[in-house]
Amino acid sequence: MKTTTTLAVAAGILISSVSLASAEKLVIGLASETTSIDPQFHNTGPNNALSLHVFDRLILQNKTQGLYPGLAESWAPVDDLTWEFKLRQGVKFHDGTDFTADDVLCTFERAPNVPNSPASFATYTKGKTLVKIDDYTVHFKTEVPYPLMGNDVSTVAIISDSVGCGGTTEEFNAGTAAIGTGPYKFQSYTPGQSATFVRNEDYWGEKPVWTEVEFRPISSAPSRVAALLAGDVDVISGVPTTDIETLKGKSEITLSQGPSNRVIYLHMDQFRENSPFITAKDGSEIKNPLLDVRVRKAISMAINRDVIVERVMEGIAVSAGQLLPDGFFGVSDKLSPLAYDPDGAKALMAEAGYADGFKMTIHGPNDRYINDAKIAEAIAQMLTRVGIETAVETMPRSVYFGRASSGSPDGLPEFSFILVGWGAGSGEASSPLKALIHTNDPDKGYGATNRGRHSSPEIDAVIQEALATVDDAKRQDLLAKATEMAMENVAIIPTHFQVNTWGAKKGLRYIPRTDEYTLAIGVVKE
Amino acid sequence: MTVFIIRRLLQASIVVMLMSIIVFFGVNVIGDPVYMLVSPDADQDDIAAAIARLGLDRPIWEQYWIFLKGAATGDLGNSFIFGEPALRLILYHMPATLELAFSALFLAIAIGIPLGLYAGLYPDKAVSKGIMAGSILGFSLPTFWVGLMLIILFAVELGWLPATGRGDTVSVLGFETSLLTLDGLSHIFLPALNLALLKISLAVRLTRAGVREAMGQDYVKFARAKGLSTKRIIFVHVMKNIMIPVVTVMGLEFGSLIGFSVVTETIFAWPGMGKLLINGILQLDRPVVVAYLMVMVLFFVVINLLVDILYSILDPRVRLQDQNK
Repeated sequence: MKTTTTLAVAAGILISSVSLASAEKLVIGLASETTSIDPQFHNTGPNNALSLHVFDRLILQNKTQGLYPGLAESWAPVDDLTWEFKLRQGVKFHDGTDFTADDVLCTFERAPNVPNSPASFATYTKGKTLVKIDDYTVHFKTEVPYPLMGNDVSTVAIISDSVGCGGTTEEFNAGTAAIGTGPYKFQSYTPGQSATFVRNEDYWGEKPVWTEVEFRPISSAPSRVAALLAGDVDVISGVPTTDIETLKGKSEITLSQGPSNRVIYLHMDQFRENSPFITAKDGSEIKNPLLDVRVRKAISMAINRDVIVERVMEGIAVSAGQLLPDGFFGVSDKLSPLAYDPDGAKALMAEAGYADGFKMTIHGPNDRYINDAKIAEAIAQMLTRVGIETAVETMPRSVYFGRASSGSPDGLPEFSFILVGWGAGSGEASSPLKALIHTNDPDKGYGATNRGRHSSPEIDAVIQEALATVDDAKRQDLLAKATEMAMENVAIIPTHFQVNTWGAKKGLRYIPRTDEYTLAIGVVKE
Repeated sequence: MTVFIIRRLLQASIVVMLMSIIVFFGVNVIGDPVYMLVSPDADQDDIAAAIARLGLDRPIWEQYWIFLKGAATGDLGNSFIFGEPALRLILYHMPATLELAFSALFLAIAIGIPLGLYAGLYPDKAVSKGIMAGSILGFSLPTFWVGLMLIILFAVELGWLPATGRGDTVSVLGFETSLLTLDGLSHIFLPALNLALLKISLAVRLTRAGVREAMGQDYVKFARAKGLSTKRIIFVHVMKNIMIPVVTVMGLEFGSLIGFSVVTETIFAWPGMGKLLINGILQLDRPVVVAYLMVMVLFFVVINLLVDILYSILDPRVRLQDQNK
């Protein structure tokens, strides 16, 4: 072990005299455990982040999820139904074989068909047919115009035709099939304990600083912080908000923070005449007040977002007035967080015929988002103050999401008023619009996470138009327009964007990413 | 003896069968794993496909029947999250938990019995009172808190030991163990101590009570009168008698050492079965939870059996009773 490290270090110094003064090993403590080395087995954040070290994508995402060329040098639509990908030449896999169009074709063949996969990449590969034009040109064909090609393709890890595509998940975990083109080579993987990668000295892109990287899952937050303080690990993800003040005072720790693509929002029952968790103040049944846009707006006005950010989140959040923070593709520059106005809220309630208010229960998870249960409690108090007597019920996410999605006897969302979060994996506004705002339509695959079942044909039309518009400028406008309409209708109530915190030992710093990934290439020396 | 063992085995298989029903149905009424697994980007089709792939579209009794059929051949189902056989995952993580539990048991006996003996022989000394007061703390302080304090003291402040994780391991008879490397020992010490704390206290109290009771008994007086040395009286005659309850309780507690390792493993990021279980519960990896509980049931049954056998070796009365039948 030691000799190999020394050799790698020596080799690193010999080969790259440019990028580093001294080559070192980096140890990263991760908040969430990865479940596999197979990059196509389980489509989940921690796995995708880990696999980025060994496996490149045709298109990569930068720290704010902007797309830039990976194994594809360029990609562009040649007609409405065809995207042409020009592949990078001279790239070699870790086993020395050349990267060509065949690897791309077999990758997209395997990705949706991994046995036992709990979350398949079929979500991104379906509806696309790949045609090999020559060794370095691939056409992606679709049946309808598809502007999100780049975003979809950027999620799929390219594996090798010779060993990867025929490989089983076990073979990936053992390392024999874990052959990519990425900046790091697979070295070892012990589930639940560690994953170790060594630098790919022949990497086509910018050579990574660290010669060896080890990832260790440390799920308990205080232990993770202690491991950083003790010097067991160099960098940790998911610094708990309660520890941030203390750590700021320690000179041996560098914290870095950045907003994520995750919006925390409230979904409101807009499809039942009588909502199960809403009654009049005396407990009698009433018509669901959330069907009235004025009531929804009043709720949004009654929420003091500054208090949530400053007090509940201890300043580690950004208040939200739309679905994604500034700077993302498809956000509207006209929207800002709704100002806190309890009197205006009361007036609106009276106008809607609810001057006396009503009773409601807010449901939320207590182990999914940063401070989720506390946020639900704060919101309940704010609503109670304007006359909506709100009870709080929080539960573990394992119970919560099933009930929130399909917990009622007829398989519909069970709750009336819920706290949830949404991370835009694609890094642009169509992701939340399509999933949360569009009418629930199983045939088209839209509105799959629309747990409030808000439904507006006008907004649907704009979203659908955006999803069929390949021109970026036009699509940006359409997405912004759809967002504005959704906020006007108060389809959902965004409260804040989560901010993530990483900790590093002195001399190092992590460059925050909006996708919440923790990558070795993001660790820089100061 | 043989009859005794056969009878116990029969009882055990009924227990295991009943547990399988309780565990399987109990675990399957909680939550909906599909929403824990699929990517948020998944649309309705993807979700339906995931449900079918995991077999969750079948009625629960059919799922149980499939589980039983598999269990009969040693297959407890595939983990939803890892895609591997649940039993294999558990066996893979078991050595880490076992070595932790054995280390804790060792500490409990090596520290608890001498301290208890001392406190029992000299109950009025200040040191003994200190030991007893310490054992109350050992009983009442929560494991997760003590674990964090140990990390802060030994890893962060003093920097003597690593905070988390399992160190270098070596393979012995196909099992990975960290007990044979210095790095491994330095990693296992804190979690083992944390896990052992409660059992040390238990051993102290049991031994002390046993010693105090035995010292007043006739056979001790007789031994004294016979002129035996104090050393011989204590270590041969007294110890032999007080070891019966100590062995019984420690044996039974070994099961709970494995069970309670969940908290310690989480705090110390120890890659054992406990951590596997807690992840399984949090993410609704039902096959892993069911398989873990089934393995645990078997464990307890076997431990109880072993304790009974040890009993009969330590206490000739038990042996004689059995022969008389």
